[in-house]
Amino acid sequence: MPVITYRQALNDALAEELERDESVFLMGEEVAEYNGAYKITEGLWKRFGDKRVIDTPISEAGFIGLGVGAAMMGLRPVMELMFWSFAYVAYDQIINNAGCVRYMSGGLINCPLVIRGPANGGTNVGATHSHTPENFLANTPGLKVVCPATPADAKGLMKAAIRDNDPVCVMENTLLYGEQGEVPEGDYVIPIGVADIKREGTDVSLIAHGRAVLTALAAAHRLHEEFNISAEVVDLRSIRPLDEETILDSVRKTHRAVLVDENKPFCGVSSQIATMIQEKAFDDLDAPVQRVCSLDAPAIYSPPVEELQLPTPDRVIQKVLAVS
Amino acid sequence: MSVARAEKPKTGSSPVDYAKAPINADLKPEQKLRFLADMLRIRRFEQASLKLYQQGKMGGFLHLYIGQESVAVGTLALMGENDHAITAYRDHGHALVVGMSMNECMAELLGKATGCSKGKGGSMHFFAPDKNFWGGHGIVAGQTPLGLGIAFALKYKGLKGCCLTYLGDGAVNQGVFHESLNIAALWDVPVVFIIENNQYSMGTSLARSSAIKSCLAERATGYDMDWDIVNGENLYEVRAKTWEAMQRAHEKNRPTLLEIDTYRYYGHSVADANAKKYRKPEEIEFYKQNHDPITLWENRLKEEGIADDEVIKKLDDAAKKEAAASVQFAEDSPFPELESIFDDIYYEVDMGTESGQTGRHFFND
Repeated sequence: MPVITYRQALNDALAEELERDESVFLMGEEVAEYNGAYKITEGLWKRFGDKRVIDTPISEAGFIGLGVGAAMMGLRPVMELMFWSFAYVAYDQIINNAGCVRYMSGGLINCPLVIRGPANGGTNVGATHSHTPENFLANTPGLKVVCPATPADAKGLMKAAIRDNDPVCVMENTLLYGEQGEVPEGDYVIPIGVADIKREGTDVSLIAHGRAVLTALAAAHRLHEEFNISAEVVDLRSIRPLDEETILDSVRKTHRAVLVDENKPFCGVSSQIATMIQEKAFDDLDAPVQRVCSLDAPAIYSPPVEELQLPTPDRVIQKVLAVS
Repeated sequence: MSVARAEKPKTGSSPVDYAKAPINADLKPEQKLRFLADMLRIRRFEQASLKLYQQGKMGGFLHLYIGQESVAVGTLALMGENDHAITAYRDHGHALVVGMSMNECMAELLGKATGCSKGKGGSMHFFAPDKNFWGGHGIVAGQTPLGLGIAFALKYKGLKGCCLTYLGDGAVNQGVFHESLNIAALWDVPVVFIIENNQYSMGTSLARSSAIKSCLAERATGYDMDWDIVNGENLYEVRAKTWEAMQRAHEKNRPTLLEIDTYRYYGHSVADANAKKYRKPEEIEFYKQNHDPITLWENRLKEEGIADDEVIKKLDDAAKKEAAASVQFAEDSPFPELESIFDDIYYEVDMGTESGQTGRHFFND
């Protein structure tokens, strides 16, 4: 299996879907001639031309709305937000239009739209560019949200998102773009709504999504090496729909859960997971569910401090030790 | 501003006789009668809906189109196979003109399962994609980038069509509208933006909301876009100028911004508590007496020898009868079942596809 970067995996997925389906087009700021602010679309404009890969003015509300209209007409727009943080100026288009148009039309319309881009802190760009809105968007029935953590998942979920007939928000991570991993060749599609056990374990379940999966894996490695604790790492991959069974199966096996989440703690994704575990697996728990989230403040600029604001392996280990 | 508008010339005194415009010259009498019938249908439908609202049979908002009928009728009747339309929340008139039935519309107002959106959308959210009608949108100017996207899709697919994208005068001050204007002109998107200027954004007059007070369409010059002002009470003028814009879209993929002057008789919505405070009753009465689009069109048809009082009464009676029947239909229809609340959210779930069956989509207990 070839080893490629998360960036390349996304690029491959986009290229393959552009090749496969004429109704797919890419649109966003700097996606074409500039080759993408983070080079996710590198080479695609040259290969597919002006019609399929389109640079926009800086008008998120305008071009995301355009994408919704085009999707209602049966096209499959893949819209890049240079940062998911910029979604906040296109919220009406994402929530009210993409998220609600099927419902409000009584099922007459569907919106096969993909909105993608990075949604992460940890790059010292201040609060405005460091938002992680997966919890906000997953709070809207009608939207789907996926957060791939590995190159293989990035490819498989991107292809699934483009083929899906509902609006899908794909949340990437600038800190993962350069990460390498094995990616199956060929038409590799991962169903949306299926979690993945990234590391098997027996003593505690570390449940995470996005880059927090790597944090959890680093913590699991040290828990094993330094404390002889066997941690299982559950990667949600998809926030909505959510693979409830895989989460509950893991907790029923390990009897302990520590949720690792780069969201802020208040109503973050892990809040939903925690409530679900206590509703459905309370009797299986040997300890209270614990959470390790981003520290509850706007993303700080100061580089060494921001590193500590996000979940770290140390904080995960402390929580695990507290319930073990 | 409203006073100045009230002094505008009556129809017929325009220097240009739009009846002679090519799009109007070949109109058959039955088409002209159809325009009258549709305007009457909108008015009678809405009067019937108002009665239901006042009886407490309806929830939420009811934004009435009465007074503006000539705009929807004059513009939408021009639509060909590949022309599409999208509007804001004052959408009943547009819905009826594109061919949605009074029954499904009235049932939707009452929140019934037989409504056009199965009771899930309400007054502001009527849709009929099979009739190229894409809503019915509740957020001011929210429909404008969608109309842009619909037109973009037409061009992408190589179809010769356009999207008539309606907005109110209040919507011209929303940012996303300006983003849409810029993209439309920048990329040659075949969209026709139609400002239905009824002079009030809720209770705020144009004079109190627009820096440029004489003209809203002129804002198009900032985006290198063609624009025009239309006397909305003159159906021939509405048709002639809208058709010109549609041809510009069809032939050159160039967008247009039209401002059609019109007037609404009722409040912003029926729930508008100040409906009679921000303008004088005399102003409304003046419009009804001098600028009512239905009366003016009736007079025109009489002048042309196409209709007399008897013909008009017949059309009006038919509209009233149709409206009354739709009230009956709506009242007799059942409300949606509670379980249906989870239908029509995700296509993949509704269709039972593989993608709709992986993972949990809904988070009830």
